[in-house]
Amino acid sequence: MATTALPLEKTTHATHEMSFVRKYIFSTDHKIIGIQFLLMSFVFLLFGGLMAMMMRWQLGFPDQPLPAGQLLPETMAPGGFLLPEFYNSLVTMHGTIMVFFAIMPLLVGVFGNFLIPLKIGAPDMAFPRLNMASFWIALTAGILIMAGFFVEGGAAGAGWTSYAPLSASPEWTGVVGGQQLWLVSLAVVGLASILGATNYITTVVNLRAPGMTWFRLPLSIWALFVTAILVLLAIPILSGAAIMLFFDQTIGTHFFDPTDGGQPLMWQHLFWYFGHPEVYILILPAMGFVSDIIANASRKPVFGYHSMVYALISIAFLGWIVWGHHMFMSGMNPTLGMAFMMSTMIIAVPSAIKVFNWMGTMWRGNIMFHVPMLHSVAFVSMFVIGGLSGVFMASPPVDIYFHDTYFIVAHLHYVLFGGSLFAIFGAVTFWYPKMFGKLMNPLLGKIHFWLTFVFYNLTFFPMHNLGVGGHMRRIYDPSQYEFLQPLAPLNTFITVSALLLFAAQIPFAVNFIMSWFNGEEAGENPWNDNGLEWIVPSPAPHGNFAEVPIVYRGPYEFSSPLVEEDFLPQTRKLDSDTEPAAASAAE
Amino acid sequence: MAHPAMMHPPARREIGADVYNEKLGIWIFLGSEVMFFTALIGAYIIVRFGSPEFWALPNQILNVPVTAINTFLLICSSVTMVKAFASIQDGDQKKLQLYMVATVIIGAAFVGVQAYEYTTLVHEGFLPSGYAAGSHLAELAARGELPASVSVYGSSFYTMTGFHGFHVSMGVVCMVFVTWKAFKGKYTKEDHRGVEVIGLYWHFVDLVWIILFTIVYLV
Repeated sequence: MATTALPLEKTTHATHEMSFVRKYIFSTDHKIIGIQFLLMSFVFLLFGGLMAMMMRWQLGFPDQPLPAGQLLPETMAPGGFLLPEFYNSLVTMHGTIMVFFAIMPLLVGVFGNFLIPLKIGAPDMAFPRLNMASFWIALTAGILIMAGFFVEGGAAGAGWTSYAPLSASPEWTGVVGGQQLWLVSLAVVGLASILGATNYITTVVNLRAPGMTWFRLPLSIWALFVTAILVLLAIPILSGAAIMLFFDQTIGTHFFDPTDGGQPLMWQHLFWYFGHPEVYILILPAMGFVSDIIANASRKPVFGYHSMVYALISIAFLGWIVWGHHMFMSGMNPTLGMAFMMSTMIIAVPSAIKVFNWMGTMWRGNIMFHVPMLHSVAFVSMFVIGGLSGVFMASPPVDIYFHDTYFIVAHLHYVLFGGSLFAIFGAVTFWYPKMFGKLMNPLLGKIHFWLTFVFYNLTFFPMHNLGVGGHMRRIYDPSQYEFLQPLAPLNTFITVSALLLFAAQIPFAVNFIMSWFNGEEAGENPWNDNGLEWIVPSPAPHGNFAEVPIVYRGPYEFSSPLVEEDFLPQTRKLDSDTEPAAASAAE
Repeated sequence: MAHPAMMHPPARREIGADVYNEKLGIWIFLGSEVMFFTALIGAYIIVRFGSPEFWALPNQILNVPVTAINTFLLICSSVTMVKAFASIQDGDQKKLQLYMVATVIIGAAFVGVQAYEYTTLVHEGFLPSGYAAGSHLAELAARGELPASVSVYGSSFYTMTGFHGFHVSMGVVCMVFVTWKAFKGKYTKEDHRGVEVIGLYWHFVDLVWIILFTIVYLV
């Protein structure tokens, strides 16, 4: 009998009073851990953003000292002018921090933790203590990587991809401790991700409430589940590669050293075999959140729910067989390049299914343009631009020309900022009431959205033009080449836009903090949504549900003719509904 | 004493994987471990095919008989682990304790033999970076009896077996904890999840070693 093999509920949710430390610092509550990840990632997002501002200043105004640059030590910016070595560190650390300590924890760490148990009707994660461990391990890794700036030789400087042999020996990068801290930090944060993924997968498989069948799961949970599988299988490849590179630097192994039998190209293969699934780790959860928000704001069921799920799964699968498109210029058999080109372009098919389904969801809907919806629509449109340039670059003849230029930088930011980060802003605004019990201010939210949207496009769209003009991706001083000098005004324009984009985040920060203290009380269900998280008080209490919820339908029953209201919660029992088998089995 | 969870009726749930969380969790985690060892073994395959002249013949540098005995030890520890699990399935506390202690001792012995092997190899001049200058092995190489350089051989040997040894050591630490709980009578015929979970991990580590022993020592 199935129920006897099933677990064995833990009794950690007794209603005893806990100390402040147990409740908010070393908490095992998935919601607190999610909020801890949120605060941590915002701090790293700020660090990464500041690094980007310094780089932009150098590119836009190479002959003027960085404002307040005198505060930086002589080893970084003497007289306020960035040193080339420091610029290399900024390039490297901006990429690494944003990918591993801002976007990835925001998508997976914050919402994986916060949403999965609430949306599937579980009291907590399957392994709450493991969950706590993964937050503290991730924070340790973040501190380790930032420590690179304070050791002799500066922070890692071989790019976020850390290609060997450049990265394999301190003689070549000029960076000693920083590069090693970078590798150790990635291996450590990898452990946190693997523990988290184990937890998410177990929770989704085993802890769904009665009636919450696989095809009644919200798309956000489907996306997080598929992402967790990618994390589980991709991250250990990076850990293995990072460990080998670490040994090359410290105990004298020769994995990536061509002078003594090693293979530098092997690093690229290992890195991108992890790296391309990583690209989808950074976008699939965003797609899930956006699907939830668009259905809610359009007051319509998601168009093609099943095809959305199958598209997620096929993107995740195809993501494993395309890594070679990062290496067209590394020396590759043309036939192999062709195969990688084809597999890459095929990803456009499930991606297009998703885009058309989002548009189909909005089509003739009674759309409410609340702030999460604005961000979600921005996500869809920006993802189309980033996705199309991706299909374009997947072709080797095009990539040979655009490789390592600002065209790549533009493409990357269209999917990572225009895609992931807009979805994150949308998701934070949408679930903020359930996290803190307050609504974010809609006026500040709209100001933040429009300023961000405008300056984001003014910053990153012209980078396509820079790239077509041959502007190299990680170059410190473009003015040293005559052919790049006509692009200098464009660089200045981008820098001004980027500074304004950075400033446009102030309304968001103010809104986030002010609403926490004096926001409008949210009530249980401020968006009139159907998900299970909206039937509990805001903020959601410890243990989530007073009694095990029973699910009768999918999450997108908006404007149903069966009820008066235009939404129909998953737990509401209509006369025509029958009890799910799992609910009656244990009676 | 029964697990506290046993005193409560099982929660009503949608039917998931039909196994308890810890067992599902360790299977998922082992999937991740497979990918980790795949990275190391994949790197070994690439450098070995890329630079075959860096590899010595089996038995020239590595001591295959000693490691073969060690392999036998590790397989024996898997057998005692199975016996421990079978004992508690029958509710036999005494035999559980006996076989857990045996598994811990044999597992620790494996790590001990590996430490002895490493010490001997380093003493003879086989390092992760290749030959130690002026060592016995370096002299043999200079006389043409060994490959001129074994740098990537050393790199992949120490990395792969080292990480396996690290996994065995972690397993022993966890098994000490399980054994301690076994002596306190925490496992019962009905609820012995800890024994099963550590057992699955232990068999995985054993399986990885059989692959590593074959590709590192025998071919």
